[in-house]
Amino acid sequence: MGFAMKKLFAVLLIAAGTTAALLSGCASSDGTAAANGKLYVYNWGEYIDPDVITSFEQETGIKVIYDMFESNEIMYAKIAQDDSAYDVICPSDYMIQKMIDTDLVQPLDYSKIPDAKANIGQEYWDKAQQFDAGNKYSVPYCWGTVGILYNKTMVSDPVDSWNILWNKKYKGEILMQDSVRDAYMVALKKNGYSANTTDKSELEKATADLIAQKPLVQAYVVDQVRDKMIGNEAALGVIYSGEAIYTKRENPDLEYVVPKEGTNIWIDSWVITKDSKNRENALKWINYMCRDDIALKNFEYITYSTPNKKAQAEISDADIRNSKVAFPDLNTIDTETYRYLGEKGDRMYNDYWMQVKSADY
Amino acid sequence: MKKTFEHIYLSMIFIFMYAPIAALIVLSFNASKSRSKWGGFTLEWYFNLLSDSEVMDALINTLVIALIATLFATLIGTVTCVAMMGLKRRSRTIIMGITNIPMINADIVTGISLMLLFRAMNISTGFVTVLFAHITFNIPFVMLSVMPRMKEINPSVYEAALDLGASPFTAFTKTVLPDLVPAIISGALMAFTMSLDDFIVTYFTKGSGFDTLSTLIYNEVKRGIQPEIYALSAIIFIVVLLLLLIINRFPKKIKFMHK
Amino acid sequence: MYKKGKTSRLMASPYLAWAFIFILVPLGMIFYYGFTNEAGSFTLQNISYIIQPAYFKSLLLAFELGIVSTVVCFLLAYPLCMILADMKLGHHEFILTLFILPMWMNFLLRTLTWMTLLERKGVLNDILSVLHLPPVYIINTPAAIVIGMVYNFLPFMILPIYNSLSKIDDNVINAARDLGASSFQTFLRVTLPLSVPGIISGITMVFIPALTTFAISSMLGGSKVLLIGNVIEQEFTVAYDWHLGSGLSIILMIFILANMIVSAIADRKENL
Repeated sequence: MGFAMKKLFAVLLIAAGTTAALLSGCASSDGTAAANGKLYVYNWGEYIDPDVITSFEQETGIKVIYDMFESNEIMYAKIAQDDSAYDVICPSDYMIQKMIDTDLVQPLDYSKIPDAKANIGQEYWDKAQQFDAGNKYSVPYCWGTVGILYNKTMVSDPVDSWNILWNKKYKGEILMQDSVRDAYMVALKKNGYSANTTDKSELEKATADLIAQKPLVQAYVVDQVRDKMIGNEAALGVIYSGEAIYTKRENPDLEYVVPKEGTNIWIDSWVITKDSKNRENALKWINYMCRDDIALKNFEYITYSTPNKKAQAEISDADIRNSKVAFPDLNTIDTETYRYLGEKGDRMYNDYWMQVKSADY
Repeated sequence: MKKTFEHIYLSMIFIFMYAPIAALIVLSFNASKSRSKWGGFTLEWYFNLLSDSEVMDALINTLVIALIATLFATLIGTVTCVAMMGLKRRSRTIIMGITNIPMINADIVTGISLMLLFRAMNISTGFVTVLFAHITFNIPFVMLSVMPRMKEINPSVYEAALDLGASPFTAFTKTVLPDLVPAIISGALMAFTMSLDDFIVTYFTKGSGFDTLSTLIYNEVKRGIQPEIYALSAIIFIVVLLLLLIINRFPKKIKFMHK
Repeated sequence: MYKKGKTSRLMASPYLAWAFIFILVPLGMIFYYGFTNEAGSFTLQNISYIIQPAYFKSLLLAFELGIVSTVVCFLLAYPLCMILADMKLGHHEFILTLFILPMWMNFLLRTLTWMTLLERKGVLNDILSVLHLPPVYIINTPAAIVIGMVYNFLPFMILPIYNSLSKIDDNVINAARDLGASSFQTFLRVTLPLSVPGIISGITMVFIPALTTFAISSMLGGSKVLLIGNVIEQEFTVAYDWHLGSGLSIILMIFILANMIVSAIADRKENL
């Protein structure tokens, strides 16, 4: 063989060798002794204390493969494609309703998750019935409200209404959620409508409002709201109550408020996929999450409100335990849970949202 | 005068191309996470990078996919080019036409079409699907490089070898293949670059739980950019710069390959 | 000549099978999804969605920005290539490589660099404030997206044009000058026409990605600027309407096809 040929051959051999080595390396790292099987968990980003995953693995001997998604819709697209890819998932209220309707989740065996009913407060089970009648499919994990996070030093007006997000004074300083339901909730509530309306005229008014607001909006963001507000890059942002505690810790100038027109109360719950391959492990996981010490640990790490009454009582910091932001009295604020609006409803919202997104900036 | 204008123009374009990269590199040493305030010098992000398994995994994935995809694409592409020489002209045109499709089609169409395919075939997305996708868009680059060279090669040497009693295979590997090697390497290099850089096709064919460098950065943008990414980009820039400087040490090789 | 007939067909068959499965069938699936609805029956609804104002706007905007970026790339690249082609041998290789170098970094990283520069509290505004100048808010506007596109695709315009220009025989230029043509005339009538293949190649390699991008507009547009690429991406990942997404992709392919035809015609004209 000529020299060039030999060189080519050698290169190919080395390449093949290294890739084989790499692959076998990858393979072995995956096959760590999973004594009691595996569990595929699909959850929001930054929504669990990493130590909790490790302690679960140690206590049960189950190997956890943990993946994250950034929106309900993206999660749904993935699960609809292949619902056996994950065993236990943590979607939001209306999405759970959609998954029940489209037969992607299975009923839970409550005998295997005794801590669920025991530790989680009754008012949360009641609220959850709005999207899961009879609480057959889901166990609440975190809950909260949606409100306005604002920077005291950058906002001179009183912040008590969604209207402030339309105030021209704050042009370019407003962050809205890049989510069709959340964006419309703000616009609909501002006009006194329901966040679940399918009334065309109401949606058109909300759309017109959102289009009028767009030039004032700095960006439509999801998780970035947090870092941007902490970094003083915006004056006002629509945010979930769970971020309030964390952001205030990082930047004392920030305050969270639920506007007087009312807002959305959301619940993220654990469900098990219909074609889950590790059902028993999934149930163990859910029960583990309902333990008061674990719920407390999670709460302290992610600062999203826990529905676990036992854990709530164990919160050491009295300010937080009694915080109206983290644990508002549900009777004092007007809250609404999102419902699944059906395919036609979704399409309608998406079409209107598309109008907003393509409107002038 | 003309020379001065030219130099100014060159420098302006140069600054345009490198100022952003310089900014990133400077920020990679910034102790503060802010993009506008300097918080002091630190190597913290570089150290964090090594222990950040997410980034390391993505990096390894990117390299492995690019390597393996290039390997297979080069093999398949070269073999096919050789085979095509023995086919009718019409067949050649049709095959080249089909091969051009991934190159001409927008990445987003290629990515989506493959995603639809994998769904229909019920293949769960991940490493394998990304690999198949990369091989698919790499092959055209190899063939585009090898085919013209293949056509240029004078068959008389090959025929002479046959006349002298060599088997077709030996005749091929001794007379034709050495001539092809530069084109093969050129095509392989092109394919490798395309794989390393790819975002859109990988985005649609990867599903969850698998990330390459590109898709990882895209996710990070949504979540909030960690300064480790700046450190990573600084490292990548230095590595690429060194590689290109080294290659440029051998100008003869370059001229050879550019043919 | 080479092995004809059976052996050749055998050697080519692996690729033929691959191309069928991974190029043709997927394409067919897009057409299938694009022309059917959830129930599985034939419909033109997905294609006709493009007429809706919101969707049409995104296509138009992508078109506009694509053209602007391509033109800017061309205007920046051509003089650069002329200068480079004129330079001494050996030198120009290295300098060319320097201009191509950013292309070897990661595409997302390149776009990220401009996010960092253009953010409201980014590097650019920081420099401006040091110079006591008012801040500029380019981020999340089409201007930022154009900057991102130009930055990312400029090397793809530089390379083919440079290749074309460097292939022009000096003797041709000299002959024109000898015959009395001025520099400008030489450029207009000799250099420019001879570089057309490179220009066309460059335009194709910039316009199509610019037209169909969603990453650049997503990162530099703050989700406020919607291009057709974003619309299609969201139909698949968020709205979960694969039929509509495929229908819109088919519309895109028409543009790509048109571009291909234009290139082919220009190519053939060249070879006359």
